[in-house]
Amino acid sequence: MAKIKPRVKVPKKAEAGEVITIKALISHPMESGRRKDKKTGKLIPRKIINRFTCDFVGASQSGNVIDVQLEPAISTNPYFQFEAKVPESGEFRFKWVEDGGAVYELAKKIAVG
Amino acid sequence: MLQLTRREALGAGAGAFAITAFGLPAMAAAVEDAIKKFTGGAMPAEGGVDLTAPEIAENGNTVPIEVAADGAVAIAVFADGNPAPEVCTFNFGPLAGSSAAATRIRLAKTQNVIAVAKFADGSFKMAKAVVKVTIGGCGG
Repeated sequence: MAKIKPRVKVPKKAEAGEVITIKALISHPMESGRRKDKKTGKLIPRKIINRFTCDFVGASQSGNVIDVQLEPAISTNPYFQFEAKVPESGEFRFKWVEDGGAVYELAKKIAVG
Repeated sequence: MLQLTRREALGAGAGAFAITAFGLPAMAAAVEDAIKKFTGGAMPAEGGVDLTAPEIAENGNTVPIEVAADGAVAIAVFADGNPAPEVCTFNFGPLAGSSAAATRIRLAKTQNVIAVAKFADGSFKMAKAVVKVTIGGCGG
């Protein structure tokens, strides 16, 4: 299986209160549970990323940006693009939760000023 | 060893026919049920939500879509021709820059993509778009 690797794109700098665009992608097969193994004819068990969250953590202000619930109808290598407000310097924390409870995390710092 | 009498064989055939004949309305009902589950029982009115999807998707495995609804706290996406109608639900937090998001979805065949937005006052709005799919995306 291909390695599961999260990637995000966040600007390094922003003005206070600015709205920035964030792109997040994780390489993941998103096995829908409906595909059959060609050799054995058996169903391949479902294994998808079922939740994706992005939170901002700063010195005085923290908060959730987006919380997505994913179903098997999301494509392989789930990709999201969304906007976030930057109240101050801090970091954006990203979290992907896989079926079975495995968690993949990534954080990106952003500087205000 | 499976032995079928003529009567059983006919019965099975009729059952299969019934499934083919009623397959489509059943699926539409599935998406309605899924939407009602999200809204808490009501079918939302159309309008007030932007759903951007291609008219024709060559590959159903990855269809780019965009949803936006000013002031929405959550947007759920449904596809009425997929084996399971739910696609994803975006919940926007206090630091979301806008109530908009883009992603890529799987579509099994030509069908309606439906976005339902939930607003802070508890009201719901929806938008629908038909996407023609040339190659389906459910492993089939």
